[in-house]
Amino acid sequence: MSDRDAAPQLTMSHLDDLWFQVGGTLCNYTCHHCFISCSPHNDTFGFLTLDDVSHHLTESVALGVKEYYFTGGEPFLNPDIVPILSATLQYGPATVLTNAAVLKDAWLAALAEAESHSTYSLEFRVSLDGFSAATNDPIRGDRTFERTMRGIERLVAHDFLPIVTAVRTWPIEQDDEQTDAFRDMLKARGYARPRLKLLPTLQIGAEAQRSEAYGPHDRVTATMLHGFDRRTLVCEHSRVVTDRGVYVCPILIESPDALLGATLAEADRPFALTHGACYTCYRYGAICANPSSPS
Amino acid sequence: MNAPHDNTAASTTSPKSGDVRIACLGGVYSNYLALEAALVDVHRRGVDAIYCLGDLGGFGPHPDRVFPLLQEHGVTCLQGNYDDSIGNALDDCQCGYTDPRDNHFAQLSYDYTLAHTSEENRAWLRTLPAQCRLDVGGRRVLMCHGSPRRVNEFLWESTTSTHFLEMLTDDHAADVILGTHTGIHWQRELAGGRRFVNVGALGRPANDGHTHVWYTILHVAPARCDAEFIPVRYDHHRLAREMAAQRLPDEFIATIETGWWTTCLEVLPAKERRRGRC
Ligand SMILES: [Fe+2]
Repeated sequence: MSDRDAAPQLTMSHLDDLWFQVGGTLCNYTCHHCFISCSPHNDTFGFLTLDDVSHHLTESVALGVKEYYFTGGEPFLNPDIVPILSATLQYGPATVLTNAAVLKDAWLAALAEAESHSTYSLEFRVSLDGFSAATNDPIRGDRTFERTMRGIERLVAHDFLPIVTAVRTWPIEQDDEQTDAFRDMLKARGYARPRLKLLPTLQIGAEAQRSEAYGPHDRVTATMLHGFDRRTLVCEHSRVVTDRGVYVCPILIESPDALLGATLAEADRPFALTHGACYTCYRYGAICANPSSPS
Repeated sequence: MNAPHDNTAASTTSPKSGDVRIACLGGVYSNYLALEAALVDVHRRGVDAIYCLGDLGGFGPHPDRVFPLLQEHGVTCLQGNYDDSIGNALDDCQCGYTDPRDNHFAQLSYDYTLAHTSEENRAWLRTLPAQCRLDVGGRRVLMCHGSPRRVNEFLWESTTSTHFLEMLTDDHAADVILGTHTGIHWQRELAGGRRFVNVGALGRPANDGHTHVWYTILHVAPARCDAEFIPVRYDHHRLAREMAAQRLPDEFIATIETGWWTTCLEVLPAKERRRGRC
């Protein structure tokens, strides 16, 4: 393999987005397309506590972190999640990725209160992969459409504007009709101004079994990065804190080489873009960010 | 996706001292009627200098009409992402939208603006600096379009942490940073008397149900440094009529007539989105 075709090393320009694997790999759903094989029984990664998160929030001030993101697993299985998000809103904007199935009104009332006292937005990104039970449930599991929709209705009742994120499990040419169907369904369920984000599938974890794994040529090469805006790659400006250390990005936590160190400082080192998922991130860009901060 | 052209050449203005007032105009988006009204207001109040932080075209009608106004009134202009695109005839406006509907409407404005901007004005856009530094009574003022590190970075009030802004002031050796690009004005005081100001936009209203638009006066004196946001009323009915005559989208005209954004909404964070109507 020539140098031009070797996997390029990517350096972080600045830690803009600090992610927390706050829900570990524990999830109440077992989605067929999950990129990290989360399930009720996968405890490879555990919950982060309020103390764990507070420690890193303090550390993040000197690093000039712009935004905070929380993912899992399902973050709302973590008993500390409401105090964690409330504490974060004193430092900066917080985004939590959830399937919305276990949300409780008391938690949402507390979070609405915390957001109202903060300068910053609290964003909910709710995963839903079809506009009906018939299209969603074969991917995310029995009755998950209805459970997630009830969660979305709860969020809307508390005046949140959740960003519904759907993994593109259909051909890209169908994007318009699919997003129209999502919007119509959400409006019919009382969400008057639905926000929507489409994600590409990542052919790792459970999804590698559902469709197909990446081929040997689905890789980023040094040549491909020539003239390319590297800021669209998540690892150019993000790291993720887990209970097992700091990883390069939230997608690759099941890859041993993605563990970069025990601290944020240690994890500020280059990463070789050797993975198929790096290729998806390269092709589609900004896959983990909110539309308000596209890169 | 390619990186926006980085025109990092910064111009420096000679130091001033005493009581200094600087008018800072945000995105004009071809709204020459609002620009005209703002300039009248600026002269009535009296200022020491007038700056425009870029994005002269887009959204409104007759893009060539803003150029003579800026030049006759001695407005020092920065190059926004839109100006880089129009000046260099790029494929799109580099506004940084990711939603397909947002991009659809952005492209309609962009194609219209590119087709209706003269070669002479496009050449002038290419000469504009991306940033500008001023020393005002010992305070280091840095003007940029999106952020000091990226021309099209969105700095929204509800998604920009204070320590991030403080890092920008440290990294770019500035006491005051002024930007625009998002279309909604806000400011925050930082540690050590430093400050970040988003000066807002003249081109379209601030998604608040009011038809007026905004510019900013930065006031620097030995004991103070603050920004005042100034509302500008203008003949928005006339602008709406001219937009209709130019067959610009009804969605844009509705924004001018109601003060609510109807497109490019997906880019708004939760708090800013909640304050709007759509
Ligand atoms: Fe801009």
